[in-house]
Amino acid sequence: MKKQINDQRIEIFLSYLLRWGVTLSAVIVAISGLLYLISHAGDTPHFHTFHGEHSDLTSLPGILHAMHQGNLKAFIQFGIVLLIATPIARVFFSIIGFILERDLLYIVLTIIVLSILMIGIFSGLGG
Amino acid sequence: MSLLTFTLIIFAGALLAGLLGSLTGLGGGVVIIPLLTIAFHIDIRYAIGTSLVAVIATSSGSAAAYVKEGFSNIRIAMFLEVATTSGAILGAILAIYLPTHFIAILAGIVILYSALISLKKKQDHLDVNQSSKLARILKLNGDFPDEHGNKISYAVHRVAGGYGMMMFAGVISGLLGLGSGSLKVVAMDNIMHIPFKVSTTTSNFMIGVTAAASASVYLSRGYIDPVLSMPVVLGVLLGSMVGARILMKTATSWLRILFIVVITILGGEMIYNGLLNKI
Repeated sequence: MKKQINDQRIEIFLSYLLRWGVTLSAVIVAISGLLYLISHAGDTPHFHTFHGEHSDLTSLPGILHAMHQGNLKAFIQFGIVLLIATPIARVFFSIIGFILERDLLYIVLTIIVLSILMIGIFSGLGG
Repeated sequence: MSLLTFTLIIFAGALLAGLLGSLTGLGGGVVIIPLLTIAFHIDIRYAIGTSLVAVIATSSGSAAAYVKEGFSNIRIAMFLEVATTSGAILGAILAIYLPTHFIAILAGIVILYSALISLKKKQDHLDVNQSSKLARILKLNGDFPDEHGNKISYAVHRVAGGYGMMMFAGVISGLLGLGSGSLKVVAMDNIMHIPFKVSTTTSNFMIGVTAAASASVYLSRGYIDPVLSMPVVLGVLLGSMVGARILMKTATSWLRILFIVVITILGGEMIYNGLLNKI
């Protein structure tokens, strides 16, 4: 019974985490997107052919650096990165519940999932 | 077309995609990919990157609403996420080696399959007694409250088969930029016999984590463009929120049929254009 209460409390906390993450990133994307549109309304979009993003916008350090220089596209991209990070944070925090329950098996499984996610981020598979 | 007009039209399209996705239960991706590639002639690589971000947005947005009901099983989710995230990374690697028109054809097939699955009458396989040995070791069995507040326990079956199917769902998600929620539900309902109330919410929970695994690969590969993603993410989010409201208020069976027809046409177009090498 005690286990269940723990489970539910953690899940409710996680649901707030998800909602907060989505809201925050939507606000960042909306505001910086609007500012970008105001200054670039007349540009011609060219997504018909694939160029790949500028290297400034493909990693968090690059994005942070470009934000520092006032690049509005980098601000939008930061919001997107925050959105991608939200479910990853969900996995990260669910480990707390398993630690409280001393569930070694699921602590290990959560670490495996986190490691796979980190491989996606840091392995340079993007090449 | 100026960027302002382009952004407004994409926003309107994404709004519709979010609405359709939530009303059919198929998620935004099955509409976003064909919308961007066929209607707007956007390169499929940008479409995949953008769609993944939209998938994360809808998953996290609706998971927040679902979890309060307390039906999702965090252990089933975590165990199967090992399969879906590793599959997603595999799919993102595979995407480098496959020609884009082949990816378009495959996306069309998965979209058609998803539409078909959503039409089929679902059968709930609630089974209390015999769970598999692996399910007991992994502590996957659980319970959920029925409408009177009574506890209903359920037993999980064929864990290895479900794991394999989830891995496949992960590869498809990472390769095509779809949430592949329909494949996840097949694994959980048909193979593992997890009751709907649990499988639907648990699957939704997992979709965002799966998409995040491949989205980070695609981000570093330059597939995610901020200017294109902005109207798509905001549109899909708003659309799925409105869709969830409508879903709660009205009986929408004819609306669902109409939308499924639309999605079927879009999937067919993807295959046709892929075969003609136009994508």
